[in-house]
Amino acid sequence: MVMWNPRVEQMPLQDQKDLQYKLLKTLIYKLYSFNEFYCKRMKEFGVHPDDIRSLDDISKLPFMYKSDFRDNYPDTIFNVTHEELVRYHVSSGTTGKPTVVGYTEKDLEMWTESLARALTACELGRGDVIQVSYGYGLFTGGLGMHYGAERIGATVVPSGVGNTERQIELMQDLHVTSIACTPSYLLHIGEVAEKMGVDIRKDTNLKSAVLGAEPWSGKMKNRIEDWLGIRAYNIYGTSELSGPMFTECSERKGIHIWSDIALVEILDPDTGEAVAPGDKGELTITLLQKEAFPLVRYRVGDITSMTEEVCPCGRTHPRIDRLSGRVDDMLIIRGINVFPSQVEHTLMNIPEVGSHFQIIVDKHGVLDSMLVRVEVAESAFSDKISDLMVLKKKVEQSLRNALNISVSVELTEPGSLPRFEGKSKKVIDRREL
Amino acid sequence: MIEEDYIIKQISVFSENRPGRLAAVAGALKEAGINIFAFSIAEADGFGVIRTIVDQPIKAHDMLSNLGFRVSFTDVIAVVMRDEPGGLYDIAEMLGNAEINIEYAYAYSGKENAILILRVDSTKEAVKKIHDYGEELLKASRFK
Repeated sequence: MVMWNPRVEQMPLQDQKDLQYKLLKTLIYKLYSFNEFYCKRMKEFGVHPDDIRSLDDISKLPFMYKSDFRDNYPDTIFNVTHEELVRYHVSSGTTGKPTVVGYTEKDLEMWTESLARALTACELGRGDVIQVSYGYGLFTGGLGMHYGAERIGATVVPSGVGNTERQIELMQDLHVTSIACTPSYLLHIGEVAEKMGVDIRKDTNLKSAVLGAEPWSGKMKNRIEDWLGIRAYNIYGTSELSGPMFTECSERKGIHIWSDIALVEILDPDTGEAVAPGDKGELTITLLQKEAFPLVRYRVGDITSMTEEVCPCGRTHPRIDRLSGRVDDMLIIRGINVFPSQVEHTLMNIPEVGSHFQIIVDKHGVLDSMLVRVEVAESAFSDKISDLMVLKKKVEQSLRNALNISVSVELTEPGSLPRFEGKSKKVIDRREL
Repeated sequence: MIEEDYIIKQISVFSENRPGRLAAVAGALKEAGINIFAFSIAEADGFGVIRTIVDQPIKAHDMLSNLGFRVSFTDVIAVVMRDEPGGLYDIAEMLGNAEINIEYAYAYSGKENAILILRVDSTKEAVKKIHDYGEELLKASRFK
């Protein structure tokens, strides 16, 4: 098993925890002394750096939320002066006002180191040609992956998003071996390639894809792999964490979180208390070495579980499970929590419908209604209306079983649902709040 | 007789039930210079199936598929009816007695006679029965 930084990646768990405690202690002293925002929050919370006497004492520290970045727009949360910053990224603001993220030289180094370890774990390295089809610019995906891929000695094709036919030509001409993009964009690329008469399996050298920036299910992974004949790796990150940061390894048994960089807690989203080991909860992250701004007990909002067991690949750092949704993606329909990822998971088990879907939530009178629009797969189209009605009923029944609410399904023509090149927006909520 | 000669390749197209979808299909056929002999629309909850008999079914199928429509061929037969009271009854009665089920049907009335397009559960048997009964069927080659 090739590792980028084997000494760190195989560090025994207790050594990791000792290191985390030292890093946390230093971080909190520094923030208390120099960061106005977090010092104020600690004082309001009645906690002093001297109260942190063990790693478990992290639970005494106040949380941070996405709103803290918005409330401090653009930069009053920062620790450092502008002279020390070497870059800004600005989040897309899909869930609210934009968020400004700053990086010192050391922050960029930490980000690149994290990705170098991660991409090596995805069995990439010197000799690979990686097409980075994440957006370049204010979005963290493109530049983050770019520097990570260059660090491990791979050749980068910085193609960004869009102009899909040209991307497919470049993929062939430059012998691209791996692509980094959102899962929905890869589906789009696959469809466009088929239309162009390009067989990804035979006509390209593509062996893997590093996919993220939006939640996607394990079933979607299987479908992509079977269809395109590649290995699909899950990558995780958010702009506040720097950008894409962590991936699965070749075992694909969870996403490795480098514990010297990030301290993970899994909390009950309602009480803020730690859940039992292995249980699902809200991912909460502390960046132990971040310089530009504090990121302490940051409630990311993604739902997952964590294990500290050593991975069969030999890496000892904790792993989190595939993200099963975001707290703020969660829809409440007639009082029942519904995640779009559950809908995706269900649809992926039904071969008669395509990979794209759209959820439309509306209110009729006092009652919420949920409509799921799916595309009829080629193999499933029948001239007989009754066959199509059976399919519609089958999808409705499967969704009802999975979600515990009744859902109506609309069969649509192939290609009629919106395709997304960046982050997909699969939910339209028409309810007035 | 060769039953296959009478089996017509009908084009079936999946369509959403919203304004402009028939125009999209018909417009595509127009662009390709394909003539429509007969068509019908079956509608269900939110979607429908456009069924049509055209002069160049393979070309129509490929062209509509390439445009992203879900298209399939369905075997149908075309029976010539007397355009007078009892014309439909004769055919329906005969098929009923032969235990052949009509899944759907549509008709058009021409200058000389009326044509009934039939989708049945056992196409070849229906062709034979109708022929033996002395009714006239149109050969697939007539639709060209």
